[in-house]
Amino acid sequence: MKVTGALALLRALEHEGVEVIFGIPGGASMPIYDPLVDGSSIRHILCRHEQGAGHAAEGYAWATGRVGVCMATSGPGGTNLVTPIADAKMDSVPIVAITGQVPTPVVGNDAFQEADITGITMPITKHNFLVKDPALIPETVREAFHIASTGRPGPVLIDLPKDVLLSETTWSWPERINLPGYKPTTKGNQRQVGEAVKLIMAAERPVLYVGGGVIKADAHAELAKLATVGRLPVVTTLMARGAFPDSHELCLGMPGMHGNYTAVTSIQKADVLVALGARFDDRVTGKLAAFAPQAKVIHVDIDPAEIGKNRVADVPIVGDCRDVIAKLAAELDARQHEAGGVPDRSAWLGQLVDWQRRFPYRYDQQPDGPLKPQYCVERLREQSDADTIVVAGVGQHQMYASQYWHFEHPRHWINSGGLGTMGFAVPAALGAKVGQPGKRVLAIDGDGCFQMTAQELATSTTEKIPFITAILNNGYLGMVRQWQELFFAERYSGVYLDPDVPDYVKLAEAYGAVGLRADDPGEVDAVIEKAFSVEDRSVVIDFRVDPREMVFPMVPAGASNDDIILDPEGATPTSDPAEAPIV
Amino acid sequence: MSNGSGGGTLHTISVLVEDKPGVLTRVAGLFSARGFNIDSLAVGPTESSGLSRMTIVINVDTKPLEQITKQLNKLINVIKILEHEPGSAVERELMLVKVRASGDDRARVMEIAEVFRVNIVDVTASTLTLEATGKPDKLEALLSLLDDFGIVELSRTGRIALGRGDRGIKERVLRAAND
Repeated sequence: MKVTGALALLRALEHEGVEVIFGIPGGASMPIYDPLVDGSSIRHILCRHEQGAGHAAEGYAWATGRVGVCMATSGPGGTNLVTPIADAKMDSVPIVAITGQVPTPVVGNDAFQEADITGITMPITKHNFLVKDPALIPETVREAFHIASTGRPGPVLIDLPKDVLLSETTWSWPERINLPGYKPTTKGNQRQVGEAVKLIMAAERPVLYVGGGVIKADAHAELAKLATVGRLPVVTTLMARGAFPDSHELCLGMPGMHGNYTAVTSIQKADVLVALGARFDDRVTGKLAAFAPQAKVIHVDIDPAEIGKNRVADVPIVGDCRDVIAKLAAELDARQHEAGGVPDRSAWLGQLVDWQRRFPYRYDQQPDGPLKPQYCVERLREQSDADTIVVAGVGQHQMYASQYWHFEHPRHWINSGGLGTMGFAVPAALGAKVGQPGKRVLAIDGDGCFQMTAQELATSTTEKIPFITAILNNGYLGMVRQWQELFFAERYSGVYLDPDVPDYVKLAEAYGAVGLRADDPGEVDAVIEKAFSVEDRSVVIDFRVDPREMVFPMVPAGASNDDIILDPEGATPTSDPAEAPIV
Repeated sequence: MSNGSGGGTLHTISVLVEDKPGVLTRVAGLFSARGFNIDSLAVGPTESSGLSRMTIVINVDTKPLEQITKQLNKLINVIKILEHEPGSAVERELMLVKVRASGDDRARVMEIAEVFRVNIVDVTASTLTLEATGKPDKLEALLSLLDDFGIVELSRTGRIALGRGDRGIKERVLRAAND
């Protein structure tokens, strides 16, 4: 069958099971849009900015586990995708980005809307392709989806010059994938599993340090088995919230810079740390040399480059978390049977419970005092079911959401972790809702973040993709303000946004969404109830929160996790610039 | 590129890659993105069509070297990486050097060329151009002698290497992360 390159692309995407593309057309990518008129099983969702399209593809991938697809034209279309692609790289999100390119005869001539997008995205993609022959489009698409979704997932970009899209080729779907240099190790080495179980059996103070890889590998059931079989306490990183239910007695919640005392300190005191799909990120470890100083480390990851990158592993295991955790659980179960049961660690578990009781997350909401952001998150949580998908951007609101929400299931928490991309939440919520139309999607956002990508509310209205955005509006770039208060002697610089600009209620209405506002604690419940009663449109809630509120606990950047600051009283502001955090 | 900067030791690695557009950029870009300096890099075709071989000399400690080889391995177009232990590989480099050689110096330069068994490939009234092949230390020794006469210009290919013994790079097992 003779087809154009553009039609070959569309057919190939259909073969890959793509149901939706988030995109914006332009000169170079127009040939792809033409066959869409004749009908396709693929829905194209017209976004308002390519960055929005990219984050929507990410949100879709986070929520479904399938590959998200975004599409843009050449030049600025492609460069606007750079941020979501970099975000997907850092958080191992499987997306395929398709870009139009200027025709091959003028590539390199500084043609209109030309940018070397494969060159630009080389360091931020898992792989990318420039296709110069329409006959290669099907196999390129197949390889791109294979690379994006297997091993350690990540973004793949396919750049398609306009003449390649317009020229004819014979359609054929490749039988096999030919990637001789790409063979991820998925099966964990059984001997190493045995070594790991030996360490776990002998441990007096074990902790499972669970990262996003467990969710990527759909290994939550295996993790639950491992934790319960061995009665092993679990911390879930920002990327792994929901991989293990917060309601479980063995769940200690989030570790790291803004983690709770028990999660942070359990790692500091652990004698065996089992890292599962986690990468010892600086936001978790604090000062690396002082991180988990007594612990022997078992490190399970599908990416060999993560093992030993930041922390030497005593027992490294390369493999897919689902395979390796299942093996660990089975082996541990067998060894415990031989040994006559689970080793007695009641002192350790008792210590953890004691810490949890003494050092919970804390805030103070006075009935007639300023509205606290944590209170808003708690009230949203109390009025939601555990099936709600929560999406956040980056900053204080993200930390409050991760701290105060109770995550019970994987893929119900979506945020920008590694890259820390402001503006992630609104478009990612849009994508998540497309992937999970039957679930309520709630973006908990900051006012700074919201303004970076709010235009996707238009997409929400015109494409009928309703979700709720709760803005914790403190009128500031709050996290930067917090650091200036704590580490720059309260010298506020470039952080005031003004809570009244824009008027978020009017802005929501202008976009065809419902706009609501709560100024005082007493109004919060009614506003949430009203927001949750709207089904057919998006809702924006403007929570006017206390700009002085700060995220605690906090481990200052570069400090040891032992120096965790529990509350504002424990914070000792410093005016010495040399003491200021580095990152 | 740099000339032996950094406090580590020189390591020679061979990287077998698919001969695809952009692969050199991917490899070189990875080094700069991860903050490593390349001392030399040589690329050329191999015994298999569609495959190229890069020989890269870098100046790093062992631990960062392990990280860089792991990161290189993640590049889709990289088939195989081999780090040559000192003495385990035949390493050669080709160099062309144009030296000032007039008057009495001419005979002295020619004498050095003979001792080092290098060819004189171009002659002018005031210069001689030498073609030298050999191990890196031989070339360094030659250069230090020629330096006194005045080197007009110099071009080096960068090091290439093959492991000693009867096996090729494809049959060698890379150190696995599990070991």
